[in-house]
Amino acid sequence: MALLEIRDLQAEVDGKEILKGINLTVEAGEVHAVMGPNGSGKSTLSYVLAGREGYEVTGGEVLYDGENLLDLEPEERACEGLFLAFQYPVEIPGVAGTTFLRHALNAKRKYHGEDEYDAMEFVKFVRAKAKSLNLSDDMLKRPVNVGFSGGEKKRNETLQMAVLEPRLAVLDETDSGLDIDALKVVADGVNALRAPDRAMVVITHYQRLLDYVVPDKVHVMANGRIVKSGDKSLALELEERGYAHLLDAAA
Amino acid sequence: MSAATTDTLQILLAAGPGPGVGPLHDLRDAGRAALAKTGLPGRKTEIWKYTRLKALDGVAWTGPDARPEIDGDWIDAQAGFRDAWRIVLVNGRFDAGLSRLTDLPSAARIAPLPEAAGAHGAVAAALGQLANAERFPMVALNAACLEDGVAIGVEERALLEKPIHVVSITAPGAQPVAAHPRLLIRIGAGAQATLLESHLHLGDGAPAFTNAVLEIIVGEGARLGHYRIHDGPENALFVATTAVSVAGGAQYDAFALNIGAGLARNESMYKLDGERAEIAVNGAYLGVGGAHIDNTTFIDHARPNCQSQETFNGVLSDHARGVFQGKILVRPDAQNTDGHQMHKALLLSGKAEVDAKPELEIYADDVRCGHGATIGALDADQLFYLRARGVDEQAARALLIEAFLLDTVERIQDLAVREAFAEALTGRLRALQSSLAHGEAA
Repeated sequence: MALLEIRDLQAEVDGKEILKGINLTVEAGEVHAVMGPNGSGKSTLSYVLAGREGYEVTGGEVLYDGENLLDLEPEERACEGLFLAFQYPVEIPGVAGTTFLRHALNAKRKYHGEDEYDAMEFVKFVRAKAKSLNLSDDMLKRPVNVGFSGGEKKRNETLQMAVLEPRLAVLDETDSGLDIDALKVVADGVNALRAPDRAMVVITHYQRLLDYVVPDKVHVMANGRIVKSGDKSLALELEERGYAHLLDAAA
Repeated sequence: MSAATTDTLQILLAAGPGPGVGPLHDLRDAGRAALAKTGLPGRKTEIWKYTRLKALDGVAWTGPDARPEIDGDWIDAQAGFRDAWRIVLVNGRFDAGLSRLTDLPSAARIAPLPEAAGAHGAVAAALGQLANAERFPMVALNAACLEDGVAIGVEERALLEKPIHVVSITAPGAQPVAAHPRLLIRIGAGAQATLLESHLHLGDGAPAFTNAVLEIIVGEGARLGHYRIHDGPENALFVATTAVSVAGGAQYDAFALNIGAGLARNESMYKLDGERAEIAVNGAYLGVGGAHIDNTTFIDHARPNCQSQETFNGVLSDHARGVFQGKILVRPDAQNTDGHQMHKALLLSGKAEVDAKPELEIYADDVRCGHGATIGALDADQLFYLRARGVDEQAARALLIEAFLLDTVERIQDLAVREAFAEALTGRLRALQSSLAHGEAA
């Protein structure tokens, strides 16, 4: 059974149809890249998967580990192992990163009937995770994302992902707003988290992230549909020829 | 003034000590005279536009005599700060037995107001100067009913190593009680001190009315931290008028935390009365049920090169109501003034309400002043971010509410006080978690 199976998914935002029948199957252990021009519906797909309010599913279904994902609340999806790395991580003044992440991890542990970590155990756990990814956990002392640079925000998302150990990670434009050094740090983190029981869907506008996070499959989205799928060479082809010829073909 | 209000005033005055008795009689006479002109604050008093004292009407208020037994353990548990010099007022009267002043250094003088006013001309002369009975009817009422209170004096250049903690308890016995606590605090030039205020309530059902007046004089180059916490049940009315003058080069850091369920009004006037004076006056409030919480402040920049900073955050649920009136006056002399004010209110229910009235009045030309006010619901992006990380909606809301209020508590300069206030606030939030989760009490 595939870890994620999206069948003819249709969704609208503010009454406007954005997703017009998405089909996508992701097996555990795979990394899929979803590419496409602005406005093709990539971010909408990530929000629909995460369960954001205002993104209304009007047709189709999403099976996650064989279960209907769309029936679950956003927090239940997260506890079941879905992780969305935000394109624009949200600032939360007054909430220290540690507090935020401890709440998140303990919510998941509680959901699975495990003991919650106390503050000391949590700090130890996070330190170890951060070290294994070569990330600093200093940023966790500061309020969540407040005053962070673009690179810091994305590193923070990567650290959260490492701590929460998702089964399916959806990375929404993780490369946007990053210089090449920050991109490498984040990509190294993502690569370190690749695992046989974990799948990733990497949403990106540009090919350059895929130089570092090499996908098993590449899909091109346009106008609310996946118009072409292939292996990693498809990304290189897009880099050379752009999206235009595919869009023409889709229209 | 309506007939009901006139009756109320007579009842309140009758509950007081009567004119012409004891060493504070001049002040009492002046208070009565001022009240005869103005009456209690009513519909026509602009600065009382959003807060009405109608709950005072139709209650058989009595004086401070009848009070329940109070033991020190209860105060320890309620007021905390065990390692402080403690001054206890019960229904406005100094209670030497409950106070803890044994190892007070000689550089700090704490005495009942009648005694201090009799012995020290400076105390008698200072009383009623900053808190003017003719301009403030509630100050007039406090003066008219004045029989006791406390004078605190800190000598020049004294550094107090422990805070002075004023615990003011309004404790109705079987009868409704009206209390008029009064404090005069003088911090000498170059001295450093911390003043804590806990306003508590003890009783089982009878209404309580507290009408406190504080006058605080911060001498040149002195530093005073002044932190107030107020709590009380639904049928408690709490009014505190605080008048502070801050001399040149002095620093004054204040915080007011309101978590009571009844009516509370903090009216505070701050005068920056010497060059390079700096004040930070911040606060947080949490209103549930039918609470009404009013913070009214007036910052008077009277001299050049001074700084003021003011931040208030409030959370209101159910049909609670908040009021924030913040005026900053920059006088013609006060060049190079730096004055900033911010008020943010979070409304958790469609029936909660807040009136915010920021006001800048600037007569100097070289100033940096600003104010801002926001009123809104919890941020949907922040809520989703937390939920997308596995935190359920109720816990996510609680976390964001707590963060919103703690953001101002963080500004308290004294670390121990900051932690204690944060703890008081989070404790209350946890107790209210399920009702706050939906914005309306079950």
